[in-house]
Amino acid sequence: MILLIILVSFVLGGSAFAWPDNRTRPRLLLVGAAVHLAGVISLWIHPEGPVLSGYIFLDAAGKVVVSTSSVLFLASAIYAQGYLQRRADRDNRVFVGGLLILLSAMTTVGVAQHLGVLWVAIEVTTLATAPLIYFNHNARSLEAAWKYLLVSSLGIALALLGTFFLALSGAGPGGPKSLLLDDLIRAGPELSKPWVRTAFVFLLVGYGTKMGLAPLHSWKPDAYGEAPGLLGALMAGGITNFAFLSVVRVFQVMRAAGEAPFASDALLALGLLSMALAAVFMAGQRDFKRMLAYSSVEHMGILAVALGLGGSAVGGAFYHVVNNGLSKGVLFLAAGNIHRAYGSKRIDDVRGAMRRLPISGPLFLAGFLAVTGTPPFSPFWSEFIILNGAFSSGRWVVGAFFLLFLAVIFIGMGATVLHVVQGDDRGAPGQPGFKDGWLTAGPPLVLLLMVLALGLWLPRALQGLFQAAAHLVTGT
Amino acid sequence: MRSLADMAFILVVVLDLFVLASSRLGAAIRAVALQGALLSLLALLLASSGHNMGHVLIVAGGAFAIKAVLIPWLMFRAIREMAIRREMEPLVGYVPSMILGGVGVVLAFAFSRGLPLPMPEMHTFLVPTALATVWTGLLLVVSRRKAVTQVLGFLVLENGVFVFGLLLTDFMPVMVEAGVLLDLLAAVFVMGIVMFQINREFSSLDTDAMSSLKD
Amino acid sequence: MILRALFQIGILLLLPPLLLGVVNRVKAIVAGRRGPPLLQGYYDLAKLLRKGSVYSRTTTWVFRAGPVVGLAAVATAGTMLPVAGQPAIFSFSGDFVLFAYLLALARFATALAALDTGSSFEGMGAAREVSFASMAEPALFLCLVVLARATGSLSLSGMLGPGLAPAWSGAAPALLLSAIALFVVALAENSRIPVDDPSTHLELTMIHEVMVLDHSGPDLAFILYGASIKFFLFGALFVRLVLDLRVQGIWGAEAAFVAGLVGFAVLVGLVESFMARLRLNRVPQMLVGASVLSVFALVLLLR
Repeated sequence: MILLIILVSFVLGGSAFAWPDNRTRPRLLLVGAAVHLAGVISLWIHPEGPVLSGYIFLDAAGKVVVSTSSVLFLASAIYAQGYLQRRADRDNRVFVGGLLILLSAMTTVGVAQHLGVLWVAIEVTTLATAPLIYFNHNARSLEAAWKYLLVSSLGIALALLGTFFLALSGAGPGGPKSLLLDDLIRAGPELSKPWVRTAFVFLLVGYGTKMGLAPLHSWKPDAYGEAPGLLGALMAGGITNFAFLSVVRVFQVMRAAGEAPFASDALLALGLLSMALAAVFMAGQRDFKRMLAYSSVEHMGILAVALGLGGSAVGGAFYHVVNNGLSKGVLFLAAGNIHRAYGSKRIDDVRGAMRRLPISGPLFLAGFLAVTGTPPFSPFWSEFIILNGAFSSGRWVVGAFFLLFLAVIFIGMGATVLHVVQGDDRGAPGQPGFKDGWLTAGPPLVLLLMVLALGLWLPRALQGLFQAAAHLVTGT
Repeated sequence: MRSLADMAFILVVVLDLFVLASSRLGAAIRAVALQGALLSLLALLLASSGHNMGHVLIVAGGAFAIKAVLIPWLMFRAIREMAIRREMEPLVGYVPSMILGGVGVVLAFAFSRGLPLPMPEMHTFLVPTALATVWTGLLLVVSRRKAVTQVLGFLVLENGVFVFGLLLTDFMPVMVEAGVLLDLLAAVFVMGIVMFQINREFSSLDTDAMSSLKD
Repeated sequence: MILRALFQIGILLLLPPLLLGVVNRVKAIVAGRRGPPLLQGYYDLAKLLRKGSVYSRTTTWVFRAGPVVGLAAVATAGTMLPVAGQPAIFSFSGDFVLFAYLLALARFATALAALDTGSSFEGMGAAREVSFASMAEPALFLCLVVLARATGSLSLSGMLGPGLAPAWSGAAPALLLSAIALFVVALAENSRIPVDDPSTHLELTMIHEVMVLDHSGPDLAFILYGASIKFFLFGALFVRLVLDLRVQGIWGAEAAFVAGLVGFAVLVGLVESFMARLRLNRVPQMLVGASVLSVFALVLLLR
């Protein structure tokens, strides 16, 4: 089943390149998304064991990320029908094909139990998304695509080096001589310590670049700023979550090797730095899509802090993965609509979105509230759990900084969002004929309702899943 | 055999320093091509006897074909088609680059003392050479302005990672080796496409002209 | 013993102009000409010694002392260099530092004399020469340190003596790198292409020649002779580093040494013929590159 989902998406992506009709090609996205979601649901009902001699297995942590992405991809696929219809002037061959291959690669990351397979899959996600950033075919998006490709490729090369180091750490006499996660974890204390430490540094830098942790985040504002909103949603709500999963896998090995304190300190440092940087750069941000990029940096920082805190905060981290994925979907899709309606991303030009776009405007506002951790939306609960973990383990300073950054970000982001959303839209530039339609406003609305629902009531099954995932990481 | 591998490693580092110092694109591309050829030679030299000989030949042959032939050819085509001025203007001057490269080599040797190889029969120059080459690649990407030289820096970085991969040819499956070659191939192809398009959007291949996106 | 010492002094004093003649001959042959006779250097020196000197009114005793000090320093440095297969006339621990600084003293005297003329051209040449030397010296010292580390001796005679051949079998790459660096330094210190063109007549492109523009007669003879001895010194360093001089036969080592020197001169001539002169701002890069190569060689030895 797992292999089936991956292969179907990949084959659909390939056939998208061969599909002759521009108008009907986006339907392939719907087919791919539906098959994927159906597969994931069936895996929930009938869990599968390891496949391909243990290389592929959907464990609890993977299940969290894969399920979130599946839902997000379906929403995006429906949105894409409306979006690509309005952009019928553009050839969407690369776009549709790339998105389906991205889905296939992301799923592979989620189910990879072999660090080499994980690496190859992450690399494919980079290669699949770079041409998509260039969808608007102008100078700015070319610059964004170039920066994205260069920085991500650098990160991936360093991650490969780290993977090699990890393999070498287990290559001594009697060592596991393998990159399978289980083998490495089992052999934990025998792994050669200097190699494991150096491996962690390179892997954190490499996968951290894909996540967009500071100071490796320089590609994010440009890439998310210039990419179409749909792609931004999948990148911010999908790829970054899978990059986080890769960091989690590495952390599992580190903990088994007894290097957890070292790894936790590094994660805490990078996480807090990311949040601080996001807070600083969001203030006075004049481009609301770049603002969303910094919000993504902030949330990756939150995830890193949670992983570094350990203990009960890790369950909160996995909960936050879900919340982050869904709320970024809301924000980016709504922002995409606003961009289309006004023809500009700058807050100098955009105001009164609530009037012009009666669904997307309020959605943007609600998404902002959700993503900054306002109750009753679910991110409030995940951030609360993480904060609780910080204080209950005695890390007062970390918790204090965490709160401080969240507050500053709320204020900074709020200024921009309120400016965009409120006011009078007379006199603001605009594309005639762009109104909220079911296809473009429906998906973000549904995603927001999910975020609200999860905040009001967290199903027992999900709770159990987060606990199981946390158990994988912390062993408690 | 051992001294030949010795010389090959040292020559790889000397080529790193040469690329750091070179201001002519043609010379730099040829140096990186030569480095690729040396790496494929090293793959053959370091293979422990018997074991997996077919696989080693594939890796060595593939590395040679891609690193020493295909990619330099692509790059020469790129600079010819775009009539790029042969000189590059770096952010960090040539002399500081060379000095930083030298410092990197020294640090690489120092660090590799703390990283004992688990298989003692493996070559002692391998880790320092790999680290020094990775450092050179990073330095090139960060300090050079032209897109072509940034790609060149990335290739040097890849070479460094490949040197490390050589350590694993004994017991690691094909997948990781294929990943390295895939990375190199794919990244350069896509970069190449972007590069060609970069030339059509801007009038030069100067990444300084690509700084319109900022906060 | 006495014979060998006499041979050493003799070769130091008599051979250098011949080496420069070889260089010029090689360059001419490669260019398709017949070229000056090999003994031209001697004829030039004899001619100059017979002439009188003209001194400008702005110069002082410094100008007159420059060539003398230069020649004396270089010749003294030569006594510390082991020629053929023997140790040097004077050798003690740390003599390579004195060697390098005697050469620096010679350069200093020439530069002072150039500044003493009060002409802006000589000043420009002196400034250029000294700034290049400031980068060539670290490279030279690093080469010598590599040698010292490889042979375990702190004296030139020890470094280039019997301990060198076993060092080559153990640390060949490092020594090869430092030999390349030494060759580059030799080109720089002797004002050869690609650093400086000895046959240029355009003042703006001169470095070394412009410093000696105002000297005439015996002074100029001393300067030319000193330059040729300096060339001989670097050649001897290079040849001793690269060749194994334990040749059998009565004067086997000496003959090998002279042959090696002639080979060095031919090599320099070829390099000069096939390379163009570097732009002035590229010369520091070349010299720093030589230093970095030596550092790399040192790291290989320290490992």
